[in-house]
Amino acid sequence: MSATAVHSLWTTAAEPIDKIPAPTVEYAQLAPALIVVGAAIVGVLVEAFVPRKVRYHVQVFLTVVALVAAFAAVVALAAGGYGTTKARIAAMGAIAVDGPALFLQGTILLASLVAVFTFAERRLDPEAHGNRVDSFAAQTASVPGSDSEKAAVKAGFTTTEVFPLVLFAITGMLVFPAANDLLTLFIALEVFSLPLYLLCAVARRKRLMSQEAAVKYFLLGAFSSAILLFGIAMLYGYAGSVSYAKIADVVDGSVRTIDPALADTMGNDALLLIGGAMILVGLLFKVGAVPFHMWTPDVYQGAPTPVTGFMAAATKVAAFGALLRLLYVVLPGMSWDWRPVLWAIAIITMLGGAIVAITQTDIKRLLAYSSIAHAGFILAGVIATTPDGISSVMFYLAAYSFVTIGAFAVVTLVRDAGGEATHLSKWAGLGRRSPLVAAVFAVFLLAFAGIPLTSGFTGKFAVFKAAAEGGAGALVVVGVISSAIAAFFYIRVIVLMFFSEPKAEGPTVAVPSPLTMTTIAVGVAVTLVLGVVPQYFLDLASQAGVFVR
Amino acid sequence: MTNSENLIALLVAAPLLGAVVLLCGGRRLDRSGHWIGTLFAAASFVVGAVLFVDMLGKGADERAMHQSLYDWIPVEGFQADVAFQLDQLSMTFVLLITGVGSLIHVYSIGYMEHDERRRRFFGYLNLFLAAMLLLVLADNYLLLYVGWEGVGLASYLLIGFWQHKPSAATAAKKAFLVNRVGDMGLSIAIMLMFTTFGTFTFGPVLEATGETSEGTLTAIGLLLLLAACGKSAQVPLQSWLGDAMEGPTPVSALIHAATMVTAGVYLITRSGAIFNAAPDAQLAVAVVGAVTLIFGAIVGCAKDDIKKALAGSTMSQIGYMILAAGLGPIGYAFAIMHLVTHGFFKAGLFLGAGSVMHGMNDEVDMRKYGGLRKYMPITFVTFGLGYLAIIGFPGLSGFFSKDKIIEAAFAKGGTEGWILGCTALLGAAITAYYMTRVMLLTFFGEKRWQPAPDPDKAPSVEPGIEVHPGEMPHPHESPKSMTIPMVVLAFGSVFAGGLFSLNDSFVNWLKPVTEFEHGHPPISATVITSATVVALVIGLGIAYVQYGRRPVPTLAPRGSLLTRAARRDLLQDDFNHVVLVRGGEHLTRSLVYVDHTLVDGVVNGTAASFGGLSGRLRKLQNGYARTYAVSMFGGTAVLIAATLLMRAV
Repeated sequence: MSATAVHSLWTTAAEPIDKIPAPTVEYAQLAPALIVVGAAIVGVLVEAFVPRKVRYHVQVFLTVVALVAAFAAVVALAAGGYGTTKARIAAMGAIAVDGPALFLQGTILLASLVAVFTFAERRLDPEAHGNRVDSFAAQTASVPGSDSEKAAVKAGFTTTEVFPLVLFAITGMLVFPAANDLLTLFIALEVFSLPLYLLCAVARRKRLMSQEAAVKYFLLGAFSSAILLFGIAMLYGYAGSVSYAKIADVVDGSVRTIDPALADTMGNDALLLIGGAMILVGLLFKVGAVPFHMWTPDVYQGAPTPVTGFMAAATKVAAFGALLRLLYVVLPGMSWDWRPVLWAIAIITMLGGAIVAITQTDIKRLLAYSSIAHAGFILAGVIATTPDGISSVMFYLAAYSFVTIGAFAVVTLVRDAGGEATHLSKWAGLGRRSPLVAAVFAVFLLAFAGIPLTSGFTGKFAVFKAAAEGGAGALVVVGVISSAIAAFFYIRVIVLMFFSEPKAEGPTVAVPSPLTMTTIAVGVAVTLVLGVVPQYFLDLASQAGVFVR
Repeated sequence: MTNSENLIALLVAAPLLGAVVLLCGGRRLDRSGHWIGTLFAAASFVVGAVLFVDMLGKGADERAMHQSLYDWIPVEGFQADVAFQLDQLSMTFVLLITGVGSLIHVYSIGYMEHDERRRRFFGYLNLFLAAMLLLVLADNYLLLYVGWEGVGLASYLLIGFWQHKPSAATAAKKAFLVNRVGDMGLSIAIMLMFTTFGTFTFGPVLEATGETSEGTLTAIGLLLLLAACGKSAQVPLQSWLGDAMEGPTPVSALIHAATMVTAGVYLITRSGAIFNAAPDAQLAVAVVGAVTLIFGAIVGCAKDDIKKALAGSTMSQIGYMILAAGLGPIGYAFAIMHLVTHGFFKAGLFLGAGSVMHGMNDEVDMRKYGGLRKYMPITFVTFGLGYLAIIGFPGLSGFFSKDKIIEAAFAKGGTEGWILGCTALLGAAITAYYMTRVMLLTFFGEKRWQPAPDPDKAPSVEPGIEVHPGEMPHPHESPKSMTIPMVVLAFGSVFAGGLFSLNDSFVNWLKPVTEFEHGHPPISATVITSATVVALVIGLGIAYVQYGRRPVPTLAPRGSLLTRAARRDLLQDDFNHVVLVRGGEHLTRSLVYVDHTLVDGVVNGTAASFGGLSGRLRKLQNGYARTYAVSMFGGTAVLIAATLLMRAV
C-alpha cells in the first residue's frame, strides 16, 4: 500500500467503518523497536515467574541481549540502505525509516546499553544484610522509613523491575524520533515518559527526595503532554490529518481540497500557528529548554544517578530527533514563523543554563544546568535549517550522550556514609586522593566545556558552523559567550578537584565492578575518538542527514 | 660525478646526527663523546672537500647545485621546501665552517679535557655546525631562518655552558635577547618578501627586484640589516658580544669570531640584488659597518681582559666586512674574502688566548701576564702570526683582504667614499694599536704574574682546572691537541690572503654569484696601500711607546674619559639600561596598572555581575511544582503570542 493511501486510516474516520483497510506492518523495518518492546514484555513475565534470586541476572542478561540485538537490527537496516536510498515510511504512515531515524536509534541504543551497565552495578553500595544491592530501592511501594521497608531491606530485595521499565522507555524513545504522524508522536512520548517517571522514584537512598522528583516530573510532564495533545488537535483541525506529509502539504499550500467535516477550520492559519507552537512546547519541555526547563535540576538531582545519566542522554536524543523531524518535515513551510521564536528560546536557554549553573553547589544540579545550556547549543544547530544543521545536531547528540552518561557514572563512584557525595565541597582535593577518577571526570568536564581534542569541541564546532552558515551568526556569538560562561564552572570543578586541599572527612571513591568501569571507559574513549578523529562519524551523520517525506 | 648534489644534505646531516647521538646517547658516551663529535665534524668537512673538488671541475657558470629534499609546508599559494643551494658563496662558507669547525673540535678535546660535561659540549658544537651549515646552504629565506635561529640557540647554549656561573647564564640570556631583536627584523623581512614576491626562494626573489618598488626594497633591506646587526654584533645591537666571552674559549673562537657572527655578512651578500636596487639601504649598511669598525676598535683598546679585547676586535673586523658589503658589487667579494681570512686569524688568536689562559690558571687579565714568549713558544709564534695578519702586515692574509676593502671604500666615490675610506684607514691604525698592545702585554715585558685568587672570592674559574689559592701560575705549553689546530690556523693566517689574491682567484671564484665590478678609487691604489702601511706603523709605534718601553702597572690606571667609557664598552649597556630597560619598566608598569584596574576590573566585574545574576535567577527555582507550571504556562503563552505576532508582522 502506498504511503499516501495510508493517511486514510486517520483522515477518513468520518466515513463508513467497512472502508477501513487492514493495516500492513513492515515488521523487519520496525525490528529495533519491536525487539526492545518484546524484551520488555518478557521482562515483565520474568518478574512474575522467575525466582527472586536469579531475577537480577536474567533481567540484566535479557536487557543487554535485547539492546545489542536491536542495535544489530539498526546496523542491518542501515547497511541495507534504509538510511539512504531505500528510506521509506512504514507501518501505514506511522513510522519513518530513514537516515536520521536510524542514526538516532543507533545512538539511543548504544547510549542505553552503557547506561544499563550502571543500572546493573551492585558493588558500590555496601552490602545490606549480606545482599549485594544496586542504586534502587528494596521495595518501591513501601513507605520510606517504615517497617515494611526495613523488612524488605533485610530480606535483600531489589527492584529488578527497573530493567523492563527502562526497556519500555527505550522503546518509546526509539519510536519518538521516527514517528511520522502526530498521534504516534504522542504515544511514543507517553511510552517513554511514564517509565521514566517511575524510574525517578526508585532511589535506594534519599527516597523522599527521589519520590518528590518523580511527582514533580510526572505533574509537569502531564501538563506538557496536555499542551502537546492540544496542539495536535489544533493541527488536525487545520490540516484535516495528523500525518506529517499531509500537514506539510497543507502548510505549503499544495493541497487545497477541503474535508467537508472540517470546513470551518481547515486552512485557518491561527490554528496552525497556535497548534504548532503548542507541539513545540511539548518537545521543548522534553529537551529542557528555558522556560520549560524548571523540572530538570530537581529531577536530575532526585532521581537515582544511573537513571539521571540515562535520562539526560537518551531523552535528549529522542526529543531532539522528534523536534528535528517536526521542524524539517512538517513545518518547513512556516520556518519564517518559528525561527525567530526558536532563536529567542535558544538564546535564553544557552545563557540561562550557563548563568544559573555558576552558583550551583551540587554536582548533579550543576550537570542539570549544564544539560540545559547544551540544549541551547543544540537548538542553535536545529535553527540552521540546512542539511548541515541536521547532521551537526545528530553528531552533537551522539557525542553529548556518552559524555553525560560517563560523567554521571563517575558521580556514582564518589561516596560517603550517606551514599553519593554530591555536594561540591566534598569534591575538593579529589584529584589528590583518586587522581585517575578525577582525571576522567576532568576529561568529561573539558568535553562539556568544548575544549579541543574532545568530542564536545567537535560537536560544538559543527553546530555553530551550521548555525553560522544557516544565517544565525548572532546566535553563534551568544553561543560562544555562553560557552565561555559555562567554561567557568566546569573549570572551577577541575580546580576544586586538583588544586584544593582534600577535606579530612571527605568522601571515598568506591571501586566499581567492570560494569561501571566499562561505562566510564566507553565514555572516555568515545569522547576522545570523536574529538581527535571525528571525520568518519561526521561523514556518517551527514550521510544520514536526510529526512524521508 | 653526476649526482654530487645528492651529497649536499649530508653536509648538514652529519653534524646533526652527531648532535642527536651525543645529546641523546646519555652517560655511556661520556668517554668517547668528544671523538664522536670530532668525527662527525670532520666527516662533514670531507664531504665539503669532495664537493669542492667536484665544483672546481665544472665551468664557472655551472657550479651552482640544487638539492630538493622534500616539501616542507605544501599549502596552496605558500610553498616552502627543504631545498639546498650550493654555489661558490655557500661553498666558501661550507669549507670555512667545517674546516675551522673541525680544528676547533680537535682543540676542544684538549681544552675541555677536565670538564664533566664534555660530551654535551661536543653535542652543542655539532648542533651549531648543523645549524650554521643549514643557514648557508638553504635555497630560500625561510629555511635560512631555521638555521639562523638554530645558530642562535647553539650560541645561547654554549655561552651559558658554564651555567653555574651567574655571569655566564646572564651573558647567554643577554645574547639571546639582543639577537631576538635582530631575528624580529629577519622574520618581518621574510614576511614582507612573501607578500611582495609570493615566494621565499633566493632565485625568484632576487630576480624580481627589478620590478619592485624601491620603497619596499629599502624596507626589506633595512630589516635584513637589522637582522645582520643582531647576529653580527653591529651597532646598535652589538652589546652582547663582549659578554658572550663568558663561554668556553673554543666557542668564542668558532662561533663568536670565525663563523656565526659573520652570518650577517652572508645574509647581506646573499641578498645583494635587493641592496643593489635599494641604494639607501645599502648606504645604511656601509654606515653601520664604518661606525662599528671604529666602535669595536676603541673598545678593543681599553679592555684588559684578553678575550674581551679580541671580542672588540672581532666587532671591528666584522665592521670592515659589513662596510665592504655595503659598497655593493665592488665590495661583496672582498667582504667574503676578509671574512675567510679573518676566520683563520681570529680563530687562531682566540685559540692562542685560550692556550695562554690554560697555562695561566685561567687568568684573563693581560696586565697579569707578561713575558710569556719564553714559556709558550708555539703559542707565541702562532699568536704572533695571527697578530701580524690582523694588523695587515704586508704579505700576510689580513693585508690583502683589508687593503682591498679600504680601496673599495675610497672607490665608492664622492664625499661618502672619502669619509668611508678615511674611517677604514683610521680603523687600520687603531687595529694595529690595540693588537700590538695585546701582544706586548701578553708575551713581552716583565712577568706580572699574580698568585691564583681565592676561588671563593672569584668563582669565575673554569671547572676542572685545579687552582690552589695563593699558588703562582706555572705557564707551560698546551698539549698537542690544542697546538696543532693553532699551527694549522697560523698557516691559513699567513698564506690564505696571498693565495686568494693571486690572479684575483678569489674574486673570480665568487664573481658568478655576487657580481663584481672593479672599483676605481680617486687616488691610485699604490697610494692607498702606502697609507695603510703608514697607518699600521703609526698604530704600532704608539702602542710600543706606551706598553713596550714603560713598565705596565698590574692595576689599570684611571685613564682618560674616553678610556673609562671604552672600558664600559663605550657605555652601550648604560645606554640600553637607561633607554630600553627603564623605558621598558615604565611601559610594563603602566601596562600592569591598566591590566589591574581596567582589564581585571572588567573581567572581575563581568564575573561578579554574572554571579549576581546567577544568584538572583536561582531564586526562581524554588522547588514548588506550581511555580514551575506557571513558568511553563507563561512560556507557552508568550511562545504562542510571539508566533502569532511574527505572522502579523
